[in-house]
Amino acid sequence: MIFPWVWRVLPGPAWVRLVILLLVITAVVGVLFQWVFPWFSVTFDIQETNVEAAP
Amino acid sequence: MGELLILAGAVVGLYVVWQLFYTDVTAAREQQEVLETLDWAYTGEIEAEEPGDAAEPAGPLVIADADKQSPDTAPVMEEPEFRTTFATLYVPRWGTDYVKPISEGVTRREVLDVLGIGHYPGTGMPGELGNFAISAHRTTYGKPFNRIAELEHGDALVVQTQEAWYVYRVTDDSIVLPHQVEVIAPVPGQPGAAPDGHYITLTTCHPMFSAAERFIVHGELEYWAPVGDAVPAEILEEVSQP
Repeated sequence: MIFPWVWRVLPGPAWVRLVILLLVITAVVGVLFQWVFPWFSVTFDIQETNVEAAP
Repeated sequence: MGELLILAGAVVGLYVVWQLFYTDVTAAREQQEVLETLDWAYTGEIEAEEPGDAAEPAGPLVIADADKQSPDTAPVMEEPEFRTTFATLYVPRWGTDYVKPISEGVTRREVLDVLGIGHYPGTGMPGELGNFAISAHRTTYGKPFNRIAELEHGDALVVQTQEAWYVYRVTDDSIVLPHQVEVIAPVPGQPGAAPDGHYITLTTCHPMFSAAERFIVHGELEYWAPVGDAVPAEILEEVSQP
């Protein structure tokens, strides 16, 4: 199982593990919002507004 | 396996939050910042005076009829470089506080998703004989054209550049398929025809939250006036809001 495994490999007492987890989650969400989601939205033409010649 | 599905669900949920809410917050802030860097753009009082409010200082001066110039003499600026913000748009139908920057280019990442309204490169500039064609999001990313379906024929679309005010009037609207580029031709709907008027075209997505069709609004230039102390009466016009 993934979740218990993550908890096991993290070092330190419970509160340190919690802080590390929160930091990692924040970083992952940041990367998604800043780079992954904008790329996805543009690449798959979600919310397109322009008229353009048919390819 | 179950845990992977939980994670996947969380990512999809986050995408929805990002697309529907987060892009609005960041893009609206970006567009406001762009607006504040334009020292020539009129961002002052665009609300009509309260009647009987004589003690208050008068609102901005209004362009006199005698100073309204014919479209034939309209000054035309040169097409700026990609991503340059060169004009602002005022639409009284969308509220007297509506003012958004217009920038060169219509690509998503560089212009529409951050700067707001984009100008189709190669189409006319404001006031030019031909078609000044602009595009913007209707939902998300600050949604500059959110209320496009509320526009009525005869509504004012006011464009300001560093040099001049251009007051257009809405003439018609339509819903087309994304490949129908003739809507931004110099004469809308007649590709290849020699320009015969001073048009403006707004394009955005339709239906809302979809990319299946395009909502198109056309307008024609009524008059222009040099930028000075006075502003067009149209942008002070109080249109009742829904």
